[in-house]
Formats: sequence, structure tokens, C-alpha cells
Amino acid sequence: MKKFQIITSRVIPLPMKDVDTDMIIPAQYLTQTNKEGYGEALFSGLKKQNANFVFNQPQYREAKILLSESNFGCGSSREHAVWALMQAGIEVIIAESYSDIFFNNAAKNGLLLISMHKAAIDAFFKETEKKEGLILTVDLEQQNIRTLAGDSFHFAYDDFRKTCLLNGYEDMDYLLDATKQ
Amino acid sequence: MPKNIIEKIWNAHVVSEREGHPQVFSIDKMLLHEVTSAQAFDELRKRNLKVRYPERLIATLDHSIPTSQSRSVINDLQARHQVETLRQNAEEFGVTLYDFDSGYQGIVHVIGPELGFTLPGTTIVCGDSHTSTHGAFGALAFGVGTSEVGHVLATGCILQYKPKTMRVNFTGQIKQNITAKDIIMKLISMIGIGGGKGYIIEYTGEVIRNLSMEARMTLCNMSIECGARAGLVAPDQITYDYLKERPYAPKGDAWSQAVEAWEQLKSDLNCVYDQEIDIDISELTPMVSWGINPEQAIGIEDTIPRLEELPQTHQGMAKQAYEYTKLQPGEAIKGKKIEWAFIGSCTNGRIEDLRAAAEVLKGHKIAKHVTLYVVPGSEKVLAQAKAEGLDKIFEAAGADFRMPGCSMCLAMNEDKVPPGARCISTSNRNFMGRQGPGSITHLASPRTVAASAVAGYITSEVV
Repeated sequence: MKKFQIITSRVIPLPMKDVDTDMIIPAQYLTQTNKEGYGEALFSGLKKQNANFVFNQPQYREAKILLSESNFGCGSSREHAVWALMQAGIEVIIAESYSDIFFNNAAKNGLLLISMHKAAIDAFFKETEKKEGLILTVDLEQQNIRTLAGDSFHFAYDDFRKTCLLNGYEDMDYLLDATKQ
Repeated sequence: MPKNIIEKIWNAHVVSEREGHPQVFSIDKMLLHEVTSAQAFDELRKRNLKVRYPERLIATLDHSIPTSQSRSVINDLQARHQVETLRQNAEEFGVTLYDFDSGYQGIVHVIGPELGFTLPGTTIVCGDSHTSTHGAFGALAFGVGTSEVGHVLATGCILQYKPKTMRVNFTGQIKQNITAKDIIMKLISMIGIGGGKGYIIEYTGEVIRNLSMEARMTLCNMSIECGARAGLVAPDQITYDYLKERPYAPKGDAWSQAVEAWEQLKSDLNCVYDQEIDIDISELTPMVSWGINPEQAIGIEDTIPRLEELPQTHQGMAKQAYEYTKLQPGEAIKGKKIEWAFIGSCTNGRIEDLRAAAEVLKGHKIAKHVTLYVVPGSEKVLAQAKAEGLDKIFEAAGADFRMPGCSMCLAMNEDKVPPGARCISTSNRNFMGRQGPGSITHLASPRTVAASAVAGYITSEVV
């Protein structure tokens, strides 16, 4: 797994609660047998439905941070949702909360999911509405999010997972070691 | 200290635990299917690992296969390759595969119980969120991603944090023709699709004790739709009667010993849960979803909620739902014209579901403008339906009685609801495009779906 580095990026606003994994990647894209090639399919339904959908907007093409509301990643257990997000360039999601299975899947692929209170999320959404958008720096080592203006926000993160992400450790290695026969 | 059934099963499966680390958690059984396993087997190959406990695994084909009579030829090349890949992996790694015409092929969550592979007190995972279905047997069963499928293949374990526990206690008696589907849809509509997040649920109450095993499976199946990873019902005589003599169930002395152990699983008197909910279901009417996620559901006589009747946090999703489902706030759900109807899936594709549908359809024709797919959950269900003559009833009614698989529940194969068409469905998710790009889904019980197919519009009344 790739080691997680400090990330500075424009923030993609997706102001919805309960973003489900069918939305993230519809089932018709799941017949592949490898882990690659899912990036194009990310949010394909919403992209087709709405020309102004945030993932159709060119200014977010290179963006690595996604901002959303509560219960992100609910529904199907498909890990393809995490693969699709990462292959489309997303490295961090900031939201109020995540579904349990999505949360587990993300950690195993090095996708950083940050949970923050609604008030903080709402404030970030407001910033994204400004003409220049919102640019954030996410530092997992320090567990903080910094704005260009110099504001800093602490976030909670599990110590074990933090070590795994920063060092690129995989659960498989941990389990093979813990269950050595 | 008194313990609930969830804690008892959980604690019995913790292999090791280090301060500040997740638990190494043992998995007794895993179900595999073609869509979420290939990349996990690749990981084993990459690391030159074997499957550590092949006897703990069974595999089948369900998600991406056709359900037409000529299903053995898969036209979609990618799906064909996916199916072939599972066959090769099963062969190479020594995993039992229930392939086409084995007599047991079917949806993973239908065949596990049929085979007696699903047993009380066990931990079961599968790369599919509806693994919660197996909780009906007092098993701790939940969906995992492909990475964790790989972990179980290689080590028999996964890393887990202990979940919180919730008791949902149903009180009162249900009216005639109210089903487990209506009960679970009611719960989801009340607590929301994130309401069970972080929890495993135990369902209790007299009404649950009186449900058949198949009804309990429908109930536990949709636990994930309120965000709970798993839901379960403590085992009892109904559970044992269902399991006895099934192929994987213990036999002889081992059976009586097993039952004795299973009896100890029941939640202790005075045990505690992190959360408890009581729901009176005496006044429950048939449930139908109106929106784009399973919490957006109402009683069939109710009207679609207006924006101002909803909490502010739910209004965004409601607006999106009105637009996508082409429904107006305040209008009745009953009487909405449908073009498609689907009976099947891991939620409602078992023999009792098909019997309920057949009872409604018998002596009727479905409306001219409606296409009805009836897709049995497994080859066993298919054979039983034929033995009971249900196939004849479906055909006489004008339904298309198909071969087993997930089919139109998630539209991974060619079984798709066309864009803009409205479908009433016994499946479990009404997410946008779930039954095909642009399709509109209304979730309901087999009885309601069958009645609607006959009427040509949403109704629970048999004309």
C-alpha cells in the first residue's frame, strides 16, 4: 500500500447525505476481475443525469479531497467504490460519518476518511461556494487540516490505522503474522 | 455478568487482542461469488499463499449470470470471463463450487441456509452486504470488502473493532397479510438508513418468535439497509427444525450436542444493549418505498411526505427523490402506474415468497402493460416451485419464470428495468439506477408486488 503523504488540494463539494456505493459505482461496472480501470466509472449515473454535477466540472479534475455529509458510502459492500474513488484521484474524504463497511474498505486501500462535526463540515461547504473555491492541506501525521488563510482544524483518527496509512502497512501482513502456525 | 447473544458470539471469536489494535477475529465460514472474489484470489497468488481453511468455504454463481433458460452461454464477455475465473479459482484453491445444475446453485444467501452451511453461533462473512441474512439462524454474519475476503482466504481471520449492540423489540400482533418485509421496511423508515450504523441488532418479540425461518431471513437481510452491519434472531425450535438433516448440518450425536450449545446462545436475562428500541407493529400496513433509498418508505395508504413534514437534514434527499421518481409531495402512492414488477432476490426469492406471490396470481392475468419477472433464489427453490406447480400459475398469469440468480435486484446482467420505467420489486434497494440506468424502483413484499402486477398500478389489494 502507498504511504500516505501530506496532501494539498482543491476540495470537491458533494453536499449530500447517504451517498451510496451504487451511486459511486453502478453494478454494471463490476464484471471486471482486476482492481484497475474503475476511475472513469466514478459517479457515472450522476455525471450523465446532470451536466453541472461536480465531477463534470473541469476545475475539480485534479482535486484530491472530497467533502460530503453523513453516512457516506452506505449500501453495497463493493470495494470497487473505494478503488473507483482512488483511481479518479481522490485521496481524502471529509464527511460527518461513513458506513461501517465502506470505512473498513477505505482503510485497506490507503484512502483517508476524516470525520468531523456538522458545523465544521457546513463551514467548509460555505467556503467551497466562494469563487476561488476551498483549498485545504491534510496532514495525517499531525492530524490536522489547514486552510491557506492559516486556520487549523484537528481531527480524530485511530492510532492503529494512522500507523498503517503513514507506513503503507497492509492488514494481510498483520494477520499472517498474528495467525502464524 | 449477563451477556446478550451478540456479545457471546463475538467474544467466542476473538483470537487475540493487543492494546490499541483492532481484534484478530476468527471467521467460521465464508461464502464466495464471482463478483467480489477474483481480486482476493489474485492477492493470494501474488503472495504465493494457499487457502488456509478450504472446508470453511463454499462458492456459487449469482450476481452477473443470466437468468434466461439458455443461461449456460453467457453473452457478456466480461461476465463470462468473471464466471470462468471463479471456476478456475475454485479448482486451483480447492473450494467447493455450486455451479449451474449442481442442484444447489443460487444466490449465496439463499443457498447457505438451504445447505445447512449457515449454523447458529457461527461467524459468517461474504463479499456482499446482505450477508446479514444469515443472522436469522443466530449467526453473526456480515458483509466485507474484497480485501477482507482475501484475509479470510489466507488466514481465516479479519481485523475488527467490537461493534455496539442494539435490541429492536417488536410488540403487538401483525394483521393478516403483513409480512417480514413490511416489518423491516417499517424499522428502516423509522430509524433511517444510517440509524443502525456501528451496531449489530438483535431482533426480539413474540411476533419474531412466530416467524418462519424464511421470514426471519427477509428481516435480517435488510439490517444493512438501516446501516447495521448485521442483525440476528436467537435460535429456537423453528431454527433447529429447519436445519436438521441439511447437508452441512451436524448429524447424530453431534446434532444433539450442537443443539445443546446453541441453546446457550440466547441473551441472558438482565443483559444490556447499547441501545434498545420498541416498536408496536399492531397497526402496520403493507409498506412501499417512494424515494431513492430504503428509508423513504410509507404505508401503502399513506401519501408521499411533503418537504415541510421532513426534518431539514432529509429535505435534500427528498427533493432529489421527487425529481428522480417523478412523484409529487402529498400524492398517494397507491394507484401509481407501473410497467415492471420483480419477484426474487436474497430478500424475497425463497419458496415461501413464491408461494405468497402465486396465491395472489392464481386465476389472474397480470396487466397488459406490465412485465413481471419471477426469479427463484436457487435451483432448490426452482425445483420446489415446479414440484408444487407454481411455475404453471406464474406462466398462466403471464409472468416470466426464470432461472436462479440476483437478476433485476442489481441489474448486473441483462435483466434491467428500462430508463424511466417504474418497477415494483421485492428486492432490497431503491437507489437511483439500481435496477438499470434511469429505472425507478418501489420496494415492497411479494404479495404487494404480485397484486400490483395484476392491477397494473401500486396496490396491495387483489382485484
